[in-house]
Parts: sequence; C-alpha cells; structure tokens
Amino acid sequence: MQKLKPTPLYDWHVKAGAKMAAFAGYAMPISYQGVLEEHKAVRERCGLFDVSHMGEFFLQGPDAVKILQHLFCNDVQSLKVGRAQYTLLLNEQGGVVDDLIYYRLRENQFLICVNASNVERDFQWMQRHFLTGSQASFKNESEDWALLALQGPKSVEVLKKFGASFNDLAKSTVAEVKLGAIDCILACTGYTGEKGCEIFVKNSSALTLWQQLLEAGCEFGIVPIGLGARDTLRLEMAYPLYGHELNDHTTPWEAGLDWVVKLSKEEFIGKPALLDAKAKGLKKLLKGFVMIEPGIAREGYRLFVNHQACGVVTSGTWSPSLEQAVFLAYVENPSLQVSTEVFVDIRGKMKKAKCVSLPFL
Amino acid sequence: MSYPKELFYTQEHEWLGLNGDVATLGITHYAQEQLGDIVFVELPVVGAEFQAGDTLGVVESTKSVSDIFIPVAGTVIEVNDPVVEEPSLINEDAYGEGWLVKIKVDNPKSASKLMTSEQYQAFLEERS
Repeated sequence: MQKLKPTPLYDWHVKAGAKMAAFAGYAMPISYQGVLEEHKAVRERCGLFDVSHMGEFFLQGPDAVKILQHLFCNDVQSLKVGRAQYTLLLNEQGGVVDDLIYYRLRENQFLICVNASNVERDFQWMQRHFLTGSQASFKNESEDWALLALQGPKSVEVLKKFGASFNDLAKSTVAEVKLGAIDCILACTGYTGEKGCEIFVKNSSALTLWQQLLEAGCEFGIVPIGLGARDTLRLEMAYPLYGHELNDHTTPWEAGLDWVVKLSKEEFIGKPALLDAKAKGLKKLLKGFVMIEPGIAREGYRLFVNHQACGVVTSGTWSPSLEQAVFLAYVENPSLQVSTEVFVDIRGKMKKAKCVSLPFL
Repeated sequence: MSYPKELFYTQEHEWLGLNGDVATLGITHYAQEQLGDIVFVELPVVGAEFQAGDTLGVVESTKSVSDIFIPVAGTVIEVNDPVVEEPSLINEDAYGEGWLVKIKVDNPKSASKLMTSEQYQAFLEERS
C-alpha cells in the first residue's frame, strides 16, 4: 500500500482521538465525536474542517482570462476581482473532468481549487489544453497549502474576533488577509450550505491558525468536523461530489448543472458536444429521493418503477437534519416528477422511496 | 468493562449471552465504535430460523453498512423493537439496551466454539 500523506494537522487529529482514514492519498479525519454531533454543530453553531487534501493551482499572466475561458464552461469574464466562481472542467465529449472553484485574486491572477482525487489529472489536463502561445505561468502548489473550512451560522462571529474588517463578509468573495499575524487567502465559499469561509494558508502556519480559530470559536461552541459530516452536510444540500454524481461520462445537463454552462461564450472545451447532447435530449438526469420505507439506499443500488430498472443511486445516507434517509440517483426518465414513487433494491429487498425537489434541506 | 466476561464473542464482532437454550445477541463495543453513529438497524421477524453463519440483519452508520451474523443455529423468539426505533441505543449501551435479538438455540453446546472475553480481546489486539 502506498504511504499516506499527512496534512499539517495530522498530529493534532490523532491527539484529538479522531477516527482517521485514507482519502485521495491522505490520512484524513473522518470524525472526532461522531458524525451526527458534528453535523448538528455545523448546522446550529460552527465547525472547523481540515480539507488540506484539496489542490491549489495558481494561474497568472496577461492571458489568464483567455485560458480560463477556453478550459472551463462558466464565464470568467463576468467575474470581478475578489470573487469566486464555481465551474466545470469538461472533456471534448462534454463529460466532467472535475468540478471546482476559481478565485480571482487580481485582474490577471487566479487561485484554482480542485478536488483532492483529481489534482494530478487536472493539472496535466489543463497544461495539455493550454492555448498555444499564451502568456501565463501555471503552478501546482497543492503541497504547500493547507485549507481550513470554517462553516456554520456562528462562523461570522468567530471571524469577527480577528478584527472589525471581517464584520461583513459577503458570499463568494475572496481576499488576501491577515488573521492575527498569519497571511492567508480568505474565501467565503464552502460545501455545507451554511454561512462560512474557507481559508487557504501555508502549511507552516496551518496548525497555529487551526488552534487560533478553535480558541476564537470556543464561546460559540465550535468543534472540529471530519469528512463523515462533510459528506452528510453536502448531500443534504445536493451538492455533487466528483466520482459519485460527476465523472468523465456525465454531462453538466445530466447533473442538473445547467446554470454553470455559459453557451453564450464563443468557445470552450466540450461546447460542441454539449450543444449536440442538448439537441438529442437527455439519457439520464440526477434526481433526489427520500426513503418511504425503512432502509438506506447506497451508491450503486438500483431503482425500479413497475418492476422496470429505471436508475442508479450515486450517493445515499441518513440525513441528520431531516431525520430520514435520502439519496441522489440518475434516472433514465428525465421527466420523472416530484412525488413519483419508486422502489430501491436494498440488498435484494424492494423498498419504497419518492422523488423530491432538491436541495433536500 | 468493554467486554463482559459472561458473554461469548465472534470474529465478526457479535456478542452472545447464553441463558439455558436462549441466547441474546448484539454487536460488541469495538464494533459500535468502529461503525460510529449507528443510524439504521434491520432485524429479522420473530419465528425466523437461521443456520450458524447466516446473515441475521444489518446495522448502518451514515457511511457504511455492516451485516450481523448469527454464530449458532436457532429461531428468533424476540426482537428488540426500541433499538430499531432508536439505533443510537447500540452506541450508548451495546450490551444492555442495545441488544438486537433473542434466539432459541438449537444446540446450546455450539456456543462453546465461540471466543471468551479474554480470547476476543487478544483477537482485537492482534488486529490492531
């Protein structure tokens, strides 16, 4: 087995008694006090996540915007300096290579944050598909940066303790700031559906910042949160997770990510295929379901309507906030309506579920 | 005490308490700790018959699904309904309120091939 990489907070997690597991080549905390408690803390108060396994690329130069316009399907032209944008990297067939957020730090400087499991692949893909003769430097600095996510309704209060300038943080903004004495890139983005921010910090300062945030958040009931609750939190919001809802063979249309695709752009990789796919009609569409009968639908379980196979589950869990089992699934009939009842094959037993509108929460 | 002396244990982390020919079955402290918060339990109906090694039910956490195996042949005579309603009872009290089923065992002597508390703890140590 390949040796797992530690994040700069590895020792802290182990000392805190976290349950650790391998994720994308890193030893990551799965939970500390339990997924349900941690989930609740983020929904009601605030939590701090170590998501240092995520990848960080920096793109800088006069042609940076031109390159991003070519590589991604969202429109970077409309993105102001100091703002973040969710986008997709597509292949020529219109399939999703990765979903990610880039941050416009300066007019011609971007931080691109990618999924941990796709760091190498994305970097190589982007290098390979760079516009020839374009002027820009492109660096993979994933090994140098840690990423801490502070999420939850009280996260604003926690940040306020670092100074009045953090009083009014608007969603999707990004800025290079000092938290205490530590230089970081503070981005008001997240993967939980709650207010909060994600803080990019150099490895050498990560532990200090982590401890300062926990201290500042103490009076608001802050707790460390593992990847277990990160998954239940994102699933309640129906945020897609690469490798589950998204992959090379799935188009943004199928994933319900139409809003990310800007067909008004003259050109981007995958555009012709997406136009073609739209004209032909969808073969599958991502939908949300709740279980009616007891059981939890898991990834790969099959859906049935009138004894006919009609779809496959991509993610399923117990929703701690709704206190019921929920799941996302690709269905073959894109016009499947909300409230339609289906059956899930749960280990050989057919259990009733129904289609609901998304997000779940 | 994480592994009561009066119980028998399996390699799949079930515990079995024997009283005459009636056995109470649950999952061990180690199992519930590994699973984390248990959010769903599926148990058989009263009257269901099982051979040793059969899958008796499942316990699920937010992320994972685990089969529960029955280590001895027998018939289910009682099911712990409260634990189905409130699976966290298993996390809170694995050997008490978190019991899963009571079984009329075909041959009580068959329990003797299971591990004792000491043997199970040695088994756990070996794995870590």
